[in-house]
Amino acid sequence: MSQSSVTPTSKNSSASQGKRSSFKWPVWMYRLASPSYFIQMSSKIIPWLYYPGVLLFVVGLVWGLAIAPQDYQQGDAFRIIYVHVPAAALSMAIYMGMAFASLLFLVWRIRLAGVVARCCVPVGAIMTLIALVTGSLWGKPMWGTYWLWDPRLTSELILLFLFLGFSVISNAFDSEESGMKAASFLALIGVVNIPVIHYSVRWWNSLHQDATIFKIGKPSIDTSMLWPLLIMMVAFILLSAAYVFMRSRNQLILVKLKQQPVNQIITSK
Amino acid sequence: MTPTRKKRLSIVLLVLFAASMAVALVSYAFKENIDVYFSPQSIANGEAPLQRMIRVGGIVVDDSVSRDNDTLKVSFSVTDGEADLKIHFQGILPDLFREGQGIVARGQLQQDGSFTADEVLAKHDETYTPPEVSASLAGNLKYDQEKAALDAAENTKPIAGGSLQTIE
Repeated sequence: MSQSSVTPTSKNSSASQGKRSSFKWPVWMYRLASPSYFIQMSSKIIPWLYYPGVLLFVVGLVWGLAIAPQDYQQGDAFRIIYVHVPAAALSMAIYMGMAFASLLFLVWRIRLAGVVARCCVPVGAIMTLIALVTGSLWGKPMWGTYWLWDPRLTSELILLFLFLGFSVISNAFDSEESGMKAASFLALIGVVNIPVIHYSVRWWNSLHQDATIFKIGKPSIDTSMLWPLLIMMVAFILLSAAYVFMRSRNQLILVKLKQQPVNQIITSK
Repeated sequence: MTPTRKKRLSIVLLVLFAASMAVALVSYAFKENIDVYFSPQSIANGEAPLQRMIRVGGIVVDDSVSRDNDTLKVSFSVTDGEADLKIHFQGILPDLFREGQGIVARGQLQQDGSFTADEVLAKHDETYTPPEVSASLAGNLKYDQEKAALDAAENTKPIAGGSLQTIE
Protein backbone atom coordinates (compact mmCIF):
# COMPACT_ATOMS: atom_id res chain seq x y z
CA MET A 1 0.00 0.00 0.00
CA SER A 2 1.68 3.23 -1.09
CA GLN A 3 1.38 6.33 1.04
CA SER A 4 0.01 8.61 -1.62
CA SER A 5 -3.02 6.41 -2.14
CA VAL A 6 -4.14 6.58 1.46
CA THR A 7 -3.16 10.12 2.48
CA PRO A 8 -4.55 12.90 0.32
CA THR A 9 -1.64 15.25 -0.30
CA SER A 10 -3.20 18.42 -1.72
CA LYS A 11 -3.06 21.22 0.84
CA ASN A 12 -6.60 22.53 0.60
CA SER A 13 -8.20 19.15 0.18
CA SER A 14 -10.45 19.54 3.21
CA ALA A 15 -12.66 22.03 1.42
CA SER A 16 -13.01 19.90 -1.68
CA GLN A 17 -13.59 16.67 0.20
CA GLY A 18 -17.25 17.33 0.81
CA LYS A 19 -18.68 14.82 3.28
CA ARG A 20 -15.28 13.47 4.26
CA SER A 21 -14.13 14.93 7.56
CA SER A 22 -11.00 17.08 7.41
CA PHE A 23 -9.29 15.03 10.11
CA LYS A 24 -6.30 13.05 8.85
CA TRP A 25 -4.52 10.28 10.69
CA PRO A 26 -0.76 10.79 10.98
CA VAL A 27 1.31 9.07 8.30
CA TRP A 28 3.03 6.68 10.74
CA MET A 29 -0.33 5.13 11.55
CA TYR A 30 -0.82 4.23 7.90
CA ARG A 31 2.69 2.81 7.83
CA LEU A 32 1.81 0.68 10.88
CA ALA A 33 -1.02 -0.89 8.90
CA SER A 34 1.37 -1.99 6.15
CA PRO A 35 2.44 -5.64 6.47
CA SER A 36 5.97 -5.11 5.16
CA TYR A 37 6.56 -2.27 7.61
CA PHE A 38 5.15 -4.42 10.41
CA ILE A 39 7.51 -7.29 9.53
CA GLN A 40 10.57 -5.04 9.64
CA MET A 41 9.49 -3.18 12.76
CA SER A 42 8.62 -6.34 14.69
CA SER A 43 11.92 -7.98 13.71
CA LYS A 44 13.60 -5.05 15.41
CA ILE A 45 11.53 -4.90 18.59
CA ILE A 46 10.99 -8.62 19.29
CA PRO A 47 14.48 -9.05 20.88
CA TRP A 48 13.82 -6.00 23.08
CA LEU A 49 10.66 -7.64 24.35
CA TYR A 50 11.79 -11.23 24.48
CA TYR A 51 15.18 -11.16 26.22
CA PRO A 52 14.24 -8.67 28.99
CA GLY A 53 11.04 -10.71 29.36
CA VAL A 54 12.93 -13.96 29.92
CA LEU A 55 15.37 -12.26 32.30
CA LEU A 56 12.60 -10.67 34.38
CA PHE A 57 10.66 -13.95 34.34
CA VAL A 58 13.62 -15.83 35.86
CA VAL A 59 14.36 -13.06 38.38
CA GLY A 60 10.71 -12.72 39.38
CA LEU A 61 10.18 -16.47 39.64
CA VAL A 62 13.24 -17.09 41.83
CA TRP A 63 12.50 -14.02 43.95
CA GLY A 64 8.84 -14.93 44.32
CA LEU A 65 9.21 -18.67 44.90
CA ALA A 66 12.38 -18.72 46.97
CA ILE A 67 13.28 -15.32 48.43
CA ALA A 68 10.01 -13.53 49.22
CA PRO A 69 8.70 -14.19 52.74
CA GLN A 70 5.90 -16.63 53.51
CA ASP A 71 2.38 -15.42 54.06
CA TYR A 72 1.27 -15.30 57.70
CA GLN A 73 -1.87 -17.30 56.88
CA GLN A 74 -1.21 -19.31 53.76
CA GLY A 75 2.46 -20.10 54.25
CA ASP A 76 4.22 -21.13 51.06
CA ALA A 77 0.98 -21.84 49.20
CA PHE A 78 0.47 -18.15 48.55
CA ARG A 79 3.51 -18.17 46.22
CA ILE A 80 1.31 -19.42 43.41
CA ILE A 81 0.16 -15.79 43.22
CA TYR A 82 3.36 -15.03 41.30
CA VAL A 83 2.08 -17.02 38.34
CA HIS A 84 -1.66 -16.85 38.92
CA VAL A 85 -2.19 -13.09 39.09
CA PRO A 86 0.02 -12.10 36.11
CA ALA A 87 -1.56 -14.86 33.98
CA ALA A 88 -5.09 -13.80 34.93
CA ALA A 89 -4.33 -10.12 34.32
CA LEU A 90 -2.72 -10.88 30.96
CA SER A 91 -5.60 -13.11 29.88
CA MET A 92 -7.88 -10.09 30.20
CA ALA A 93 -5.38 -7.61 28.75
CA ILE A 94 -4.72 -9.83 25.71
CA TYR A 95 -8.46 -10.23 25.23
CA MET A 96 -8.83 -6.44 25.15
CA GLY A 97 -5.97 -6.23 22.66
CA MET A 98 -7.64 -8.87 20.51
CA ALA A 99 -10.96 -7.03 20.69
CA PHE A 100 -9.30 -3.74 19.73
CA ALA A 101 -7.59 -5.36 16.75
CA SER A 102 -10.95 -6.89 15.80
CA LEU A 103 -12.51 -3.43 15.91
CA LEU A 104 -9.81 -2.09 13.59
CA PHE A 105 -10.43 -5.01 11.27
CA LEU A 106 -14.19 -4.73 11.35
CA VAL A 107 -14.54 -0.96 10.94
CA TRP A 108 -11.41 0.09 9.07
CA ARG A 109 -10.85 -3.24 7.27
CA ILE A 110 -7.19 -3.28 8.23
CA ARG A 111 -6.07 -6.79 7.30
CA LEU A 112 -2.99 -6.58 9.47
CA ALA A 113 -5.23 -6.01 12.50
CA GLY A 114 -7.08 -9.18 11.64
CA VAL A 115 -3.81 -11.11 11.60
CA VAL A 116 -2.79 -9.62 14.97
CA ALA A 117 -6.22 -10.47 16.46
CA ARG A 118 -5.82 -14.10 15.38
CA CYS A 119 -2.33 -14.24 16.81
CA CYS A 120 -3.58 -12.98 20.19
CA VAL A 121 -5.79 -16.06 20.51
CA PRO A 122 -3.29 -18.82 21.43
CA VAL A 123 -1.35 -16.54 23.80
CA GLY A 124 -4.52 -15.32 25.49
CA ALA A 125 -6.04 -18.79 25.69
CA ILE A 126 -2.89 -20.19 27.30
CA MET A 127 -2.82 -17.33 29.82
CA THR A 128 -6.45 -18.04 30.69
CA LEU A 129 -5.69 -21.73 31.04
CA ILE A 130 -2.68 -21.00 33.28
CA ALA A 131 -4.85 -18.72 35.43
CA LEU A 132 -7.56 -21.39 35.74
CA VAL A 133 -5.15 -24.26 36.47
CA THR A 134 -2.98 -22.38 38.99
CA GLY A 135 -6.12 -20.99 40.62
CA SER A 136 -7.49 -24.48 40.93
CA LEU A 137 -4.23 -25.79 42.42
CA TRP A 138 -4.28 -22.88 44.85
CA GLY A 139 -7.94 -23.44 45.68
CA LYS A 140 -7.53 -27.02 46.89
CA PRO A 141 -5.12 -26.39 49.80
CA MET A 142 -6.55 -23.00 50.81
CA TRP A 143 -10.29 -23.06 50.11
CA GLY A 144 -10.66 -26.81 50.23
CA THR A 145 -11.84 -27.36 46.65
CA TYR A 146 -10.38 -27.38 43.15
CA TRP A 147 -13.43 -25.84 41.57
CA LEU A 148 -16.60 -24.04 42.51
CA TRP A 149 -19.14 -22.35 40.25
CA ASP A 150 -18.11 -19.05 41.69
CA PRO A 151 -18.79 -15.91 39.56
CA ARG A 152 -15.07 -15.13 39.24
CA LEU A 153 -14.12 -18.67 38.27
CA THR A 154 -17.06 -19.06 35.92
CA SER A 155 -16.49 -15.76 34.10
CA GLU A 156 -12.80 -16.62 33.64
CA LEU A 157 -13.84 -19.98 32.18
CA ILE A 158 -16.16 -18.09 29.79
CA LEU A 159 -13.12 -16.04 28.75
CA LEU A 160 -11.38 -19.28 27.74
CA PHE A 161 -14.43 -20.27 25.69
CA LEU A 162 -14.42 -16.84 24.02
CA PHE A 163 -10.82 -17.32 22.94
CA LEU A 164 -11.55 -20.83 21.69
CA GLY A 165 -14.75 -19.65 20.01
CA PHE A 166 -12.86 -16.89 18.20
CA SER A 167 -10.41 -19.46 16.91
CA VAL A 168 -13.12 -21.86 15.78
CA ILE A 169 -15.31 -19.23 14.11
CA SER A 170 -12.44 -17.53 12.29
CA ASN A 171 -11.58 -20.89 10.71
CA ALA A 172 -15.14 -22.03 10.07
CA PHE A 173 -15.68 -20.18 6.80
CA ASP A 174 -14.36 -20.89 3.34
CA SER A 175 -13.24 -17.31 2.95
CA GLU A 176 -10.85 -16.05 5.58
CA GLU A 177 -12.41 -12.60 5.31
CA SER A 178 -15.92 -13.67 6.34
CA GLY A 179 -14.51 -15.89 9.07
CA MET A 180 -12.62 -12.97 10.52
CA LYS A 181 -15.68 -10.72 10.31
CA ALA A 182 -17.81 -13.15 12.31
CA ALA A 183 -15.04 -13.84 14.80
CA SER A 184 -14.40 -10.11 15.26
CA PHE A 185 -18.04 -9.63 16.21
CA LEU A 186 -17.71 -12.38 18.80
CA ALA A 187 -14.55 -10.73 20.16
CA LEU A 188 -16.32 -7.39 20.53
CA ILE A 189 -19.43 -8.82 22.18
CA GLY A 190 -17.19 -10.78 24.56
CA VAL A 191 -15.73 -7.50 25.83
CA VAL A 192 -18.77 -7.40 28.12
CA ASN A 193 -17.21 -10.29 30.04
CA ILE A 194 -14.09 -8.33 31.02
CA PRO A 195 -15.70 -5.99 33.60
CA VAL A 196 -17.76 -8.97 34.77
CA ILE A 197 -14.56 -10.90 35.55
CA HIS A 198 -13.01 -7.94 37.35
CA TYR A 199 -16.04 -6.90 39.40
CA SER A 200 -17.54 -10.38 39.92
CA VAL A 201 -16.09 -10.53 43.43
CA ARG A 202 -17.80 -7.24 44.32
CA TRP A 203 -21.13 -7.64 42.55
CA TRP A 204 -21.88 -11.08 43.90
CA ASN A 205 -21.16 -13.16 46.98
CA SER A 206 -18.08 -15.05 45.97
CA LEU A 207 -15.54 -17.45 47.41
CA HIS A 208 -12.76 -15.69 45.52
CA GLN A 209 -11.27 -12.77 47.41
CA ASP A 210 -11.24 -9.16 46.24
CA ALA A 211 -8.50 -7.59 44.10
CA THR A 212 -5.10 -7.18 45.77
CA ILE A 213 -3.34 -4.79 43.39
CA PHE A 214 -5.76 -3.85 40.60
CA LYS A 215 -7.82 -1.48 42.69
CA ILE A 216 -7.93 2.12 43.78
CA GLY A 217 -5.59 2.73 46.68
CA LYS A 218 -2.62 0.95 48.15
CA PRO A 219 -2.06 -2.72 47.22
CA SER A 220 -2.96 -4.96 50.15
CA ILE A 221 0.24 -6.97 49.87
CA ASP A 222 3.43 -6.33 51.79
CA THR A 223 6.15 -4.51 49.82
CA SER A 224 8.56 -7.42 50.19
CA MET A 225 6.02 -9.63 48.40
CA LEU A 226 4.83 -6.97 45.96
CA TRP A 227 8.15 -6.43 44.16
CA PRO A 228 8.53 -9.93 42.70
CA LEU A 229 4.84 -9.81 41.72
CA LEU A 230 5.35 -6.58 39.78
CA ILE A 231 8.46 -8.04 38.12
CA MET A 232 6.49 -11.12 37.10
CA MET A 233 3.74 -8.88 35.77
CA VAL A 234 6.18 -6.96 33.56
CA ALA A 235 7.78 -10.25 32.45
CA PHE A 236 4.39 -11.67 31.43
CA ILE A 237 3.55 -8.46 29.54
CA LEU A 238 6.87 -8.47 27.65
CA LEU A 239 6.74 -12.18 26.83
CA SER A 240 3.09 -12.07 25.71
CA ALA A 241 3.79 -9.06 23.50
CA ALA A 242 6.85 -10.83 22.09
CA TYR A 243 4.85 -13.96 21.26
CA VAL A 244 2.03 -11.99 19.63
CA PHE A 245 4.56 -10.06 17.53
CA MET A 246 6.43 -13.25 16.60
CA ARG A 247 3.30 -15.08 15.54
CA SER A 248 1.92 -12.11 13.60
CA ARG A 249 5.23 -11.57 11.84
CA ASN A 250 5.51 -15.23 10.94
CA GLN A 251 1.94 -15.29 9.62
CA LEU A 252 2.65 -12.30 7.41
CA ILE A 253 5.92 -13.82 6.20
CA LEU A 254 4.12 -17.06 5.36
CA VAL A 255 1.69 -15.14 3.16
CA LYS A 256 4.51 -13.20 1.51
CA LEU A 257 6.66 -16.30 0.99
CA LYS A 258 4.44 -17.14 -1.95
CA GLN A 259 5.76 -14.02 -3.67
CA GLN A 260 9.38 -13.55 -2.60
CA PRO A 261 12.15 -15.33 -0.62
CA VAL A 262 12.32 -14.85 3.13
CA ASN A 263 15.60 -12.94 3.34
CA GLN A 264 14.22 -10.28 1.02
CA ILE A 265 11.07 -9.90 3.10
CA ILE A 266 12.92 -9.23 6.34
CA THR A 267 15.67 -6.98 5.04
CA SER A 268 14.40 -5.11 1.98
CA LYS A 269 12.04 -2.16 2.06
CA MET B 1 -13.88 8.95 8.79
CA THR B 2 -15.80 7.85 5.74
CA PRO B 3 -19.59 7.35 5.98
CA THR B 4 -19.22 3.57 5.53
CA ARG B 5 -16.74 3.35 8.39
CA LYS B 6 -18.94 5.58 10.52
CA LYS B 7 -21.87 3.28 9.84
CA ARG B 8 -19.84 0.17 10.64
CA LEU B 9 -18.55 1.74 13.85
CA SER B 10 -22.05 2.71 14.99
CA ILE B 11 -23.32 -0.81 14.30
CA VAL B 12 -20.47 -2.26 16.36
CA LEU B 13 -21.13 0.17 19.21
CA LEU B 14 -24.85 -0.59 19.08
CA VAL B 15 -24.22 -4.33 19.24
CA LEU B 16 -21.81 -3.86 22.13
CA PHE B 17 -24.34 -1.71 23.97
CA ALA B 18 -27.12 -4.26 23.39
CA ALA B 19 -24.89 -7.11 24.56
CA SER B 20 -23.91 -5.30 27.74
CA MET B 21 -27.54 -4.42 28.49
CA ALA B 22 -28.53 -8.05 27.97
CA VAL B 23 -25.76 -9.30 30.26
CA ALA B 24 -26.60 -6.66 32.88
CA LEU B 25 -30.31 -7.53 32.91
CA VAL B 26 -29.74 -11.29 32.94
CA SER B 27 -27.18 -11.13 35.73
CA TYR B 28 -29.45 -8.79 37.71
CA ALA B 29 -32.40 -11.13 37.27
CA PHE B 30 -30.35 -14.16 38.30
CA LYS B 31 -28.48 -12.49 41.14
CA GLU B 32 -29.62 -15.10 43.68
CA ASN B 33 -28.39 -17.89 41.42
CA ILE B 34 -25.03 -16.26 40.73
CA ASP B 35 -24.37 -15.57 44.42
CA VAL B 36 -22.30 -18.44 45.72
CA TYR B 37 -23.79 -18.32 49.20
CA PHE B 38 -26.53 -16.89 51.40
CA SER B 39 -25.52 -14.54 54.19
CA PRO B 40 -26.74 -15.29 57.74
CA GLN B 41 -28.90 -12.18 57.49
CA SER B 42 -30.73 -13.36 54.37
CA ILE B 43 -31.31 -16.70 56.12
CA ALA B 44 -32.66 -14.88 59.18
CA ASN B 45 -34.99 -13.02 56.80
CA GLY B 46 -36.26 -16.36 55.52
CA GLU B 47 -34.91 -15.95 51.97
CA ALA B 48 -33.25 -19.37 51.90
CA PRO B 49 -35.24 -22.57 51.29
CA LEU B 50 -35.48 -25.22 54.02
CA GLN B 51 -33.87 -28.65 53.50
CA ARG B 52 -32.51 -27.88 50.06
CA MET B 53 -28.81 -27.92 49.13
CA ILE B 54 -27.59 -24.35 49.59
CA ARG B 55 -24.42 -22.56 50.62
CA VAL B 56 -24.02 -20.11 53.45
CA GLY B 57 -21.06 -17.86 54.10
CA GLY B 58 -19.86 -15.73 56.97
CA ILE B 59 -17.17 -15.11 59.55
CA VAL B 60 -16.68 -17.77 62.23
CA VAL B 61 -17.71 -16.18 65.54
CA ASP B 62 -15.00 -16.05 68.23
CA ASP B 63 -15.30 -18.75 70.91
CA SER B 64 -18.17 -20.42 69.08
CA VAL B 65 -16.29 -23.51 67.86
CA SER B 66 -17.01 -26.64 69.89
CA ARG B 67 -15.53 -29.99 68.89
CA ASP B 68 -16.67 -33.44 69.91
CA ASN B 69 -13.95 -35.33 71.76
CA ASP B 70 -14.47 -38.73 70.12
CA THR B 71 -15.73 -37.93 66.62
CA LEU B 72 -15.09 -35.38 63.88
CA LYS B 73 -18.27 -33.53 64.79
CA VAL B 74 -17.83 -29.80 65.12
CA SER B 75 -20.26 -26.96 65.51
CA PHE B 76 -19.73 -23.25 65.21
CA SER B 77 -21.56 -20.02 64.44
CA VAL B 78 -21.01 -17.71 61.49
CA THR B 79 -21.96 -14.06 61.32
CA ASP B 80 -22.12 -11.25 58.79
CA GLY B 81 -22.38 -8.61 61.49
CA GLU B 82 -26.17 -8.59 61.24
CA ALA B 83 -27.22 -12.11 62.17
CA ASP B 84 -25.67 -15.36 63.39
CA LEU B 85 -26.18 -18.88 62.12
CA LYS B 86 -25.33 -22.12 63.93
CA ILE B 87 -23.59 -24.69 61.71
CA HIS B 88 -23.10 -28.40 62.44
CA PHE B 89 -20.47 -30.28 60.48
CA GLN B 90 -18.84 -33.68 60.56
CA GLY B 91 -15.59 -34.03 58.68
CA ILE B 92 -12.22 -32.46 58.10
CA LEU B 93 -12.12 -28.68 58.13
CA PRO B 94 -9.79 -26.79 55.77
CA ASP B 95 -6.42 -25.67 57.17
CA LEU B 96 -7.43 -22.03 57.10
CA PHE B 97 -10.50 -22.67 59.27
CA ARG B 98 -10.29 -20.70 62.49
CA GLU B 99 -12.28 -18.24 64.53
CA GLY B 100 -12.53 -14.89 62.76
CA GLN B 101 -12.01 -16.55 59.35
CA GLY B 102 -14.52 -16.34 56.51
CA ILE B 103 -16.02 -19.69 55.49
CA VAL B 104 -18.52 -20.97 52.96
CA ALA B 105 -20.48 -24.09 53.94
CA ARG B 106 -22.67 -26.29 51.73
CA GLY B 107 -25.57 -28.11 53.29
CA GLN B 108 -29.18 -27.87 54.35
CA LEU B 109 -31.05 -25.42 56.50
CA GLN B 110 -32.98 -27.25 59.24
CA GLN B 111 -36.38 -26.55 60.78
CA ASP B 112 -34.80 -25.33 64.02
CA GLY B 113 -32.86 -22.63 62.15
CA SER B 114 -29.50 -24.39 62.33
CA PHE B 115 -27.50 -25.49 59.31
CA THR B 116 -26.15 -28.97 58.67
CA ALA B 117 -23.09 -28.74 56.46
CA ASP B 118 -21.49 -31.50 54.43
CA GLU B 119 -18.67 -29.35 53.08
CA VAL B 120 -16.88 -26.36 54.60
CA LEU B 121 -14.63 -24.17 52.45
CA ALA B 122 -12.34 -21.45 53.80
CA LYS B 123 -12.46 -17.98 52.30
CA HIS B 124 -9.35 -15.88 52.68
CA ASP B 125 -8.99 -12.17 52.14
CA GLU B 126 -6.89 -10.31 49.59
CA THR B 127 -4.14 -9.19 51.99
CA TYR B 128 -0.77 -10.90 51.99
CA THR B 129 1.68 -10.23 54.80
CA PRO B 130 4.85 -11.89 56.10
CA PRO B 131 4.37 -13.51 59.56
CA GLU B 132 6.60 -11.00 61.39
CA VAL B 133 4.71 -8.02 59.98
CA SER B 134 1.37 -9.59 60.77
CA ALA B 135 2.50 -10.47 64.30
CA SER B 136 3.76 -6.97 64.93
CA LEU B 137 0.55 -5.47 63.55
CA ALA B 138 -1.60 -7.73 65.70
CA GLY B 139 0.69 -7.39 68.72
CA ASN B 140 1.17 -3.66 68.37
CA LEU B 141 -1.60 -2.67 70.72
CA LYS B 142 -0.65 -5.17 73.41
CA TYR B 143 3.04 -4.41 72.98
CA ASP B 144 2.42 -0.67 73.23
CA GLN B 145 0.33 -1.11 76.35
CA GLU B 146 2.93 -3.31 78.01
CA LYS B 147 5.74 -0.99 77.05
CA ALA B 148 3.81 2.01 78.34
CA ALA B 149 3.11 0.19 81.61
CA LEU B 150 6.76 -0.80 81.92
CA ASP B 151 7.96 2.71 81.14
CA ALA B 152 5.48 4.13 83.58
CA ALA B 153 6.65 1.74 86.31
CA GLU B 154 10.31 2.58 85.66
CA ASN B 155 9.79 6.27 85.44
CA THR B 156 7.25 6.72 88.20
CA LYS B 157 9.64 7.92 90.82
CA PRO B 158 11.84 10.24 88.80
CA ILE B 159 8.85 11.73 87.02
CA ALA B 160 6.89 12.13 90.19
CA GLY B 161 9.91 13.53 91.93
CA GLY B 162 10.75 15.76 89.01
CA SER B 163 7.26 17.01 88.66
CA LEU B 164 7.04 17.63 92.37
CA GLN B 165 10.29 19.48 92.22
CA THR B 166 9.13 21.67 89.37
CA ILE B 167 5.92 22.38 91.18
CA GLU B 168 7.88 23.32 94.23
